[in-house]
Amino acid sequence: MAIIVDNDTRLVVAGLTGSEGRFHGLRNRAYGTNLVAGVTPGKGGQDVEGVPVFDTVADAVSKAGANTSLIFVPARFAVDAIYEAVDAGIHTVICITEHIAAHDMLRAYTYFRGKDVTMIGPNCPGVLSPGKANAGIIPAEIFSEGSVGLVSRSGTLTYQIGHELTQLELGNSTIVGIGGDPVVGSSFIDVIAKFEADPQTELIVLVGEIGGDEEEKAAAYVAEHVTKPVLAYIAGFSAPPGKTMGHAGAIISGSSGTAAGKKEALEARGIEVGTTPTEVAQMVAARLK
Amino acid sequence: MDLYEYQGKELFRRVGIPVSDGFLATTPEEARKAAEDLGGPVVVKAQVLTGGRGKAGGVKLATDPADAEAKAKDILGLDINGHVVQKIWIEKASDIEREYYLSVTFDRGAKKPLFMFTTQGGVEIEQVAEESPDALVRLHIDPLEGFQPWVARRLVYGGAVEDPSEQKQIAAIVEQLYRAFVEFDAMLCEINPLVVTPEGEVKALDAKFTVDDSALARHPDIAEWRDTSAADPIETFAREKGVTYVKLDGDVGVLANGAGLGMSTVDVVAHVGGRPANFCDLGGGGSAEGVVDALEVITRDPQVKSIFFNIFGGITRGDEVARGILAALEQLDMSDYPIVVRLDGTNAEEGRKILADAGQANIHPEETMLDGARRAVELAK
Repeated sequence: MAIIVDNDTRLVVAGLTGSEGRFHGLRNRAYGTNLVAGVTPGKGGQDVEGVPVFDTVADAVSKAGANTSLIFVPARFAVDAIYEAVDAGIHTVICITEHIAAHDMLRAYTYFRGKDVTMIGPNCPGVLSPGKANAGIIPAEIFSEGSVGLVSRSGTLTYQIGHELTQLELGNSTIVGIGGDPVVGSSFIDVIAKFEADPQTELIVLVGEIGGDEEEKAAAYVAEHVTKPVLAYIAGFSAPPGKTMGHAGAIISGSSGTAAGKKEALEARGIEVGTTPTEVAQMVAARLK
Repeated sequence: MDLYEYQGKELFRRVGIPVSDGFLATTPEEARKAAEDLGGPVVVKAQVLTGGRGKAGGVKLATDPADAEAKAKDILGLDINGHVVQKIWIEKASDIEREYYLSVTFDRGAKKPLFMFTTQGGVEIEQVAEESPDALVRLHIDPLEGFQPWVARRLVYGGAVEDPSEQKQIAAIVEQLYRAFVEFDAMLCEINPLVVTPEGEVKALDAKFTVDDSALARHPDIAEWRDTSAADPIETFAREKGVTYVKLDGDVGVLANGAGLGMSTVDVVAHVGGRPANFCDLGGGGSAEGVVDALEVITRDPQVKSIFFNIFGGITRGDEVARGILAALEQLDMSDYPIVVRLDGTNAEEGRKILADAGQANIHPEETMLDGARRAVELAK
C-alpha cells in the first residue's frame, strides 16, 4: 500500500531537461520509480537518458500514460505547470519549486480543490514510499520500508527524524513533505486522512513548525477522526515574532502561529510532542515495540 | 516586505483611494519646507515599521511651518519599540468626524482573502474583535470570483453605515482596496483609521501594507523601496550575501541546511541550556562558497563565541560543506571560534575525513545533533 506514490505511479517530470529536473528525475528512476516522460515546451521528440520528452503534459498522458506530475520548473512558470497537469487529467501533482507568489498559488488551489486532485507542495521535498517509488528530492537511502507515516512541512528536518528512526530499526510507509509556503496543496489533515486509510501505516508522525494554524486544525481532526496513534514534533520554539524563518510560511504573526501554542493544541488533544528529533524517534519506538 | 505608511499611501493613490497630500522629510528643515508647501496645519508622522507610534509621541499636529520644524525635531531620532525614527511624513491635517476600519488580509487558514470592516475604527482591531465582535463585519472572498459589488454592500450594510454618500464612497474604497491587494500581491492592506471629515469626505488616514516577498520580482519598483538603513545591519549584510539569517541574542552561532532543521537546531541548542545567537539556513545547495558567506555573516555578530554546524545532507553534500569550512578558515580570521561540526547524510563520511585530515585544532567533530549542541554550548562558556 503506502500513499500518494507507489508501484502504480507513472511519473512525468515537468522540466526534465533542466539541471534540477534531470538530476532528480533520473535519481528517482534509479530508485525504481516508473519515470515515463518529461515535458519541456519546444523539446518534444527529444529524450533524457531514454525517457521521452513531450511538448505538453497532455501528450505525456495520452502517449506515455503518465498519471503523476513532478514539477521542477522555475517559480514564474510553475503555476502554469500545475494548471496544465490538472487540466491534462493528472490526479497527483507534486511541486518542488519554491518562491511561487502566494496569490497565484491561492487561485490555483481554489481551482483544483474542487477536482479530484492530490497536490503536494509547492516548496516541498516531495513524496517517498520506501521500496516503491520516490518523487522529488528526498534522499531515499536514509529511509527504509516500514509502518510509520511521516508528514512534515520541512525537508531536512524530516531526513533528521527519518534517520533517527532508521537508527532504531524503524521504517516508513510514506514520507510526505507538504511544503513550507503559506498556501500548500495538501494540509496535514489531507495527508493524515490518507495515512488513516492506509493499511501499511500503523503510526503517524506529524512534523510541524511555526506559522499558520494547520497543526492546531490537525490536532482537532486527529481527535475526532483518527484511530491510529499520532506523535508530533514542532520546530521554532526560539523563533522571534515577525521574522520569516527560512520558509515563507514560517512566521509568527502577532501572537498566533507560535510553537508553544501548537504544542499546547496538540497535547490538549492527546497528541504527544517530542522535545527533540531524537526524542520523537524514541517515542515512536516505544509505541511500536 | 512591510511598507511604510507613506509607501502604502502611494499604492493607495495609484488605485484611487483618497489620501491627504504630503511630503517625506528626513530633517526638520525639510519638514518646515513641506509644511510651507502644503499650507495650513499639518501632521508630522514618524515612519516606522511598528505599531503604537501615536502613544510613543511619534505623531504630532503642527499649526504652522515653524511648529512643524519643532515637532520634526522632537520626532526624528525618537526610539519607538526599538525602531529609531529616520523619516517623517508631513501631511495636511484632517478634521475628523468619525473613524472607521477597513482591511483585506491573506487568510492562510481559510485560504481566502478576508475583508474586515467596522465603524469603530481608530483602535486596535483585536480590541474591537474581543470587546464588540458584533460590530466587526468579516467576509471571505472567493479568489476566483474576485471582487463583486455585493462584497462592498455586505460590508457597508453589515457595518450599519447609514449616510448614502458615505455608503457610496466606502463601497468604492472597498473595490479599490481589493484591487490594490491583488495587483500588488499584498498579504495585508489595512486602513485604520478610515475617516469621515465634517464635510462628509471619506479617506485613508493611515496605511499598513505588506507585500509577498515571493512576488517582489514582478514589482521591481516596490522591491526598491526596501529600507536597509532601518534593518539590523547583520541581517542586511546577510541579504546582500544571499544568506538566510535571523539574528537572535545568544552566543552560540548556529548553521544548518534547510529551514526546518535550522529552527530545530536553534531549539535544541536552547534545550540543552545554551543561548542561540542566530538562525541560519545554508539552503539546499550548500556550496563551499555558500558556507564561507554564511560564516562571514555569523561572525559579524560580536556576541558569537562558538559555532555549531548541523548538516543533514540531501542535496547538500558533506564533502562540499567540509571544504567550505576549511576555505573559511583560510579566508576569514576564525581562529578564535571553536567550530563544532556534525555531518550526516550525503557524502558525510568524505566530509568528516576532509576535516580530520586538515587537523585544525578549533574544529570539533560530533556524531549526533544533540551531542553537537551540547559541545557547542560548552565551548561558548
